Amino acid sequence: MAEFTLPAASRYKDIPGTHHPAPAGATRVVNFRIYRFDPDQPNKPRIDHYPIDMDRCGPMVLDALLKIKNEIDPSLTFRRSCREGICGSCSMNIDGVNTLACTKAIADVKGDVKIFPLPHMPVMKDLVTDLTKFYEQYASVKPWLQTDSEAPVGRERLQSKEQQEKVDRPSACILCACCSTSCPSYWWNSDQYLGPAALLASYRWIVDSRDEAQASRLDQLDDAFKLYRCHTIMNCTEACPKDLNPAKAIADIKKMMAERP
Amino acid sequence: MSEYEFIDHRYDVVVVGAGGAGLRAIFGLAESGLKVAGVSKVFPTRSHTVAAQGGISAALGNMGPDDWRFHFYDTIKGSDWLGDQDAIEYMCKEAPAAVLELEHYGVPFSRTEAGLIYQRPFGGMTTNYGQGIAQRTCAAADRTGHAMLHTLYQQALKHDAKFFIEYFAIDLIMQDGACRGVIALEMATGRLHRFLAHQVILATGGYGRAYFSCTSAHTCTGDGGGMVARAGLPLQDMEFVQFHPTGIYGAGCLITEGSRGEGGYLTNASGERFMERYAPNAKDLASRDVVSRSMTIEIREGRGVGEQADHIHLHLEHLGAEVIHDRLPGIAETARIFAGVDVTKAPIPVLPTVHYNMGGIPTNVQGQVVTVRNGQAETVVQGLMAVGEAACVSVHGANRLGSNSLLDLVVFGRAAALHCAATMTPDASHAPLPNSASDAAVARLDQLRHRKGERAAADVRLEMQKLMQSDAAVFRTDKTLAEGCDKMERTFGALAHVGLSDRSLIWNTDLVEAMELENLMLQSVATIHSAANRTESRGAHAREDFPERDDAKWLKHSLCWVNEQGVPRMDYRPVHLNTLTNEVDAIPPKVRTY
Repeated sequence: MAEFTLPAASRYKDIPGTHHPAPAGATRVVNFRIYRFDPDQPNKPRIDHYPIDMDRCGPMVLDALLKIKNEIDPSLTFRRSCREGICGSCSMNIDGVNTLACTKAIADVKGDVKIFPLPHMPVMKDLVTDLTKFYEQYASVKPWLQTDSEAPVGRERLQSKEQQEKVDRPSACILCACCSTSCPSYWWNSDQYLGPAALLASYRWIVDSRDEAQASRLDQLDDAFKLYRCHTIMNCTEACPKDLNPAKAIADIKKMMAERP
Repeated sequence: MSEYEFIDHRYDVVVVGAGGAGLRAIFGLAESGLKVAGVSKVFPTRSHTVAAQGGISAALGNMGPDDWRFHFYDTIKGSDWLGDQDAIEYMCKEAPAAVLELEHYGVPFSRTEAGLIYQRPFGGMTTNYGQGIAQRTCAAADRTGHAMLHTLYQQALKHDAKFFIEYFAIDLIMQDGACRGVIALEMATGRLHRFLAHQVILATGGYGRAYFSCTSAHTCTGDGGGMVARAGLPLQDMEFVQFHPTGIYGAGCLITEGSRGEGGYLTNASGERFMERYAPNAKDLASRDVVSRSMTIEIREGRGVGEQADHIHLHLEHLGAEVIHDRLPGIAETARIFAGVDVTKAPIPVLPTVHYNMGGIPTNVQGQVVTVRNGQAETVVQGLMAVGEAACVSVHGANRLGSNSLLDLVVFGRAAALHCAATMTPDASHAPLPNSASDAAVARLDQLRHRKGERAAADVRLEMQKLMQSDAAVFRTDKTLAEGCDKMERTFGALAHVGLSDRSLIWNTDLVEAMELENLMLQSVATIHSAANRTESRGAHAREDFPERDDAKWLKHSLCWVNEQGVPRMDYRPVHLNTLTNEVDAIPPKVRTY
């Protein structure tokens, strides 16, 4: 395997972070250790320490991040929106696992809560990563209904409950990128391997009884890198905060490939 | 201002916001051949439409006989007659085609045995003008908003629509009373962009974060309303804030009305299904304002549940695991995560929670922004449109019916695109902008970035949210509102003392939150003053000192201008009590009971 070295002073362990003081009178303190990256000082990533009084903080990791931003350090930067696990904004690496900060209970973390950006993504600032490539991969699978037949006039395309069941879960993806950025294969080959999120998006249309482009969708994926860099590591399914199963979707796509005439 | 790079863009139409309404407008415009750009502070699928759960209303009649005229009637009654009947006619009549269009785009709707779109009962939705219960709300399990928003974004991808994502719109570019474009901050770099457009469509959503406890996302800061107020234009019906009956106690997360549509019900401390007393016919499926008031009365009179007797129970246990798995899987997940409740075994603790703004930027049926000028209440503001929750068309009047919001988004997003396509020619030239056109916005930004104020934006925001929560609540009185207006004056004054900790240009969320706070604050002022001004009770605006609806005096839309000092000025527009066509008769005001 090729050797490579990180740029000098780019390792956060080399740079001391800020230790914020423990809150006075707190009896139930949890220590948050958060990765900080200031784009104006790109060679100085660091870990800041924030002791938080759990008697004055909500139960989720996002509650702690908001408390830090609102009351201690307004420069701490992260994405957030719905705070109920449906918009997919606050995906990050918490306690070594990719997940949503808004649905991750602080009580479920043993010891200090270590928070990092999604792994192997370009960091823009603190916990905000550049997801441009991830979104391009999603768009590349043409994730919209493709049909040759005209839609019926004045009524819906019919779909049985059983047919709907097949798209129900795969269509529940929130594009948080927890799966793709937990995948070692994606880490190494994200320029060519589509990753579990984009493959799940393609699968969602392949199994939709209304879609008529199954063949061309499979043609597009029939590629040593786009699809077959999946080595069934299963980190994607493990990481998904919505309990979806991208690994199963990918396995199904591979099976369909194998069974193609 | 040399510190700021300025990048100019020219488009036929610029849409600000890429939630349900914005996206529907954007790809409708792309389809029409107009040159369009979508500017959004979040990636489109992060928009708050994603959190809508229960469904989208349309009289498809998949579950039994239905008629868009019944829907029309229900919506007017739900609005407590403050809705404009021409706009309501348009929305309800267009609804079936709008939902079928969504299905044809691939929205993964739940299905009936016959393979049709599944429809569930929702509050205030009836058949035969209030006689029966309608099953009119088309659902994709309990994540209909997610299903729709993702599908709409996919359509935008299909049409190769141009987006500027994670761009925060700062201000409109106004010239001689017309809108010429919008100025936005590119969050990734801190660069400023000037978008010149023949039409700007604001699809920026509601301002739920004006309150302490809301179902709204952190990003629901009403940025369009803030920009409009700063442009010297009025906001309409801002006193009408919807409290959703079932936000999770504490966390505030939404539990869909669809859970009651599927048979869930509310109980008080003695286990009584109290809604039977307040709404003998509709019971738990009465209109949201009615249910929220009933719950608040139960709690106030000491019949709340829990240690503090300060909330209510929502029961789904009797529905059985299968119905919950099929129809309400997201609710089961949310209740487990945020209330620690297994809904198949125990009730969910809930509380009325701020959810939706009926008020907003006044528009006509085409989506053009209107204002009062020289006594003309329908004066169109050239170059400016608004759609979705940001707008006040007004189809929701004093109280929105559940599942009419998703409908509003697609119907009026589409209508705005159609209006532009019908009235504009692609690639028309732009008159040059005066040099001073963007000075005000840049000055505001620069001043904020460098001000050495002693208060954090988050601190002032919390003060505002607490004030709104206590003084512009479910029930209002002259006393609470007068106190609220007083406190609001001081809190607005605190804006001048907000200082930033983060002075960088790249991804400066401290700066963005400070600008969002200014937007929230302008709308909070409009809300509480409009509420103090309206001395009657109508829909979501419940005055204990004026408990009756007063059509003689108040059957009119409130308009509120808020100036830079936070001083409000009120005026009015007439309610459209006429229909658009003769396909349906107008519904004259009558007593509203459920």
